[in-house]
Amino acid sequence: MEQFWEFLSFSEPNIRYVTFGSILLCGSAAVVGSFIFLKKKALVGDAVAHAVLPGVCLGFLLAGNKNPVLLVTGAFVTGWLSLVAIDYISAKSKIKEDTAIGLILSVFFGIGILLLTYIQHSGNAAQSGLDHFLFGKAAAMVSSDLNVFSGIAFMLIIAVVLFFKEFTLISFDIDFAKTIGFPVRRLELVLTTLTVLAIVAGIQAIGVVLMAAILITPAAAARFWTDNLKKMVFLSAAFGGVSGFAGAFISYAAPAMPTGPWIVMVISVIALFSFFFAPQKGIVMKLISRKKMENQIREENILKLLFQLGQKDGNYFQQRSVNEILAKRPFKPKQLISGLARLKKQGFLENGDGRWKFTRAGQKKGARMVKLHRLWEVYLTRYLRIASDHVHEDAETIEHIITPDLEAKLEKLLEYPVKDPHQSDIPYL
Amino acid sequence: MIQQVEDPAVEVHDLTVTYHKKPVLWDIDLTLPKGAIIGIIGPNGAGKSTLIKAIMNLIPHGSGYVKIFNRDIDEVRDKVSYVPQKESVDWDFPASVMDVVLMGRYAKLGLFKRPRKADKEVALDCLKKVGMDAYKSRQIAQLSGGQQQRVFLARALAQEADIYFMDEPFAGVDAATETAIIELLREMSEKGKTVVVIHHDIQSAMEYFNWIVLLNMRLVASGPTAQTLIPSLLEETYGGKLTLLAEVGNLMQKTEFTGRDKR
Ligand SMILES: Nc1ncnc2c1ncn2[C@@H]1O[C@H](COP(=O)(O)OP(=O)(O)OP(=O)(O)O)[C@@H](O)[C@H]1O
Ligand SMILES: [Mg+2]
Repeated sequence: MEQFWEFLSFSEPNIRYVTFGSILLCGSAAVVGSFIFLKKKALVGDAVAHAVLPGVCLGFLLAGNKNPVLLVTGAFVTGWLSLVAIDYISAKSKIKEDTAIGLILSVFFGIGILLLTYIQHSGNAAQSGLDHFLFGKAAAMVSSDLNVFSGIAFMLIIAVVLFFKEFTLISFDIDFAKTIGFPVRRLELVLTTLTVLAIVAGIQAIGVVLMAAILITPAAAARFWTDNLKKMVFLSAAFGGVSGFAGAFISYAAPAMPTGPWIVMVISVIALFSFFFAPQKGIVMKLISRKKMENQIREENILKLLFQLGQKDGNYFQQRSVNEILAKRPFKPKQLISGLARLKKQGFLENGDGRWKFTRAGQKKGARMVKLHRLWEVYLTRYLRIASDHVHEDAETIEHIITPDLEAKLEKLLEYPVKDPHQSDIPYL
Repeated sequence: MIQQVEDPAVEVHDLTVTYHKKPVLWDIDLTLPKGAIIGIIGPNGAGKSTLIKAIMNLIPHGSGYVKIFNRDIDEVRDKVSYVPQKESVDWDFPASVMDVVLMGRYAKLGLFKRPRKADKEVALDCLKKVGMDAYKSRQIAQLSGGQQQRVFLARALAQEADIYFMDEPFAGVDAATETAIIELLREMSEKGKTVVVIHHDIQSAMEYFNWIVLLNMRLVASGPTAQTLIPSLLEETYGGKLTLLAEVGNLMQKTEFTGRDKR
């Protein structure tokens, strides 16, 4: 913990650099990655990420040291080459695109590993740390690296802001973009270039093996939270930034650890959390809202039943035992009891020595439920020509979802009927 | 029965289109009149969608050329609107109905400019015309098939083009909507706009269109409805006489025969 505060205080300038750099790199990769995710090109991103390794090695061989400009250039060139190769193979041969991607990924990565091994055994002292490109090491970035990489990251974000409308269109409907005369080929070229750049900039912090995860996962997680593209890209940047921050901290706290896997761990946790807990789309939230609905239905059914009993006996505020209620309608006893307890908490019921009775508010709500049920029955028989002995089941569900707004419309449309199709009174307040 | 017209909206000259060396459209040569509602009719796999895509220059031509208003398509893109089959996009995309209709304004906006208030008003107007204004903020994933079709139509209207190409705009819409759409198309043609529609129902084609193109890998007929929608020509379009043409096509694909490909 102490370590964490020390880290946060940014007392060492190098920590500042590394942290800021990681946030920027991961955030910008996530922004560009949003469009790759929407274009369903995740696999291509993975192939390019692996394919930059030979470029890094060749850059090193050329320079004789870890000159960031040459490494980046090398990475960029082989990254691009892999894209061209994938396109060429899937267009000109019978090999399908996914096979071509797998092929290119393994061939390029294989060559990269070969070159890396060769360099490591060449006895060049400057090579130490080159293997960080495999799994990433944020802390290994020095300020000259950071200048180059942050420059790229800034450029990426600006480019996406500038091309936002255009990238959206080519991701959603590329044929339409062509027919309105947009320079689709050039726009795709720009997007692809940004992708390769994002990968190239990110490899030192994340490493080629896991780079695709930081490109795609933030967008996939953000998609759970919103249906608005702008919000999605923002969220995705934020998720990317958070995992970049985490990566920098790990790099500081545990210097022997590679950063890439940790960054990916953090973003995966965010993605998993989104998958389960995002409102509306998250699995758990769906379950919870279903449970809530079930509870609401049960509570309203209890109130309705108590009202019906009261109507029959001519006394709405009589105390009734659980067994009396169960005799009228087969609730599951446990669920009935918890429902009664919730209704008491909400102020609709009171109890004394194990017996239950309405409060004023409860009686009113019970009356409303009975009214809605019977109004709906009237509506079905009158407007949908459904026989009166077939309307009860339907009304049992509809009564729980009618809003006060609809209720008013229904009353007006039916002209405040006093009897339902079974000749029971419809209670108005 | 192939009738040519003077000063056509569309001229397709000796067009051949191949997919992977296999020709799917053979020597199509036709002209379409301005201001007409034109139906393209033919069996599944006849190449109707392919013809429209080739006219829009979305797929390369094997040979031949296409002119729209006597110009190359790239010179008149702002006057041409294309409504793809609604299955051609992923409706799970994070966008609202309004976002999609606004795309119809992009050609007028050009690159890098954001939609202005005026564009939003045009878009809303077009949504009204197709009866979808109540859905403008709805997420597109939550639309029914017919509603998706209407959103595409609104997007096309927002383009304010002079000629419209629509790939099966009536697929999956209910009868009331179909009537509303055809009413809309008639209004457009009264204003001098040309509408080209791929259609499947011969019965309604009679009353919807004033010009018909019958297609089955090659052009069977192109002319006024009364002279083209006749049993003998329909028989020729839908009958199985074309097995020979299909066989030759397969052969061309197998033998790497390159005579027709330009590239
Ligand atoms: N991308 C493609 N690659 C290869 N062949 C294709 C491709 N698209 C279409 N085809 C073939 O071209 C032929 C014409 O297809 P097209 O989609 O134009 O038919 P259509 O008349 O629109 O049919 P439908 O009524 O089913 O929409 C078909 O035989 C089809 O199999
Ligand atoms: Mg088609």
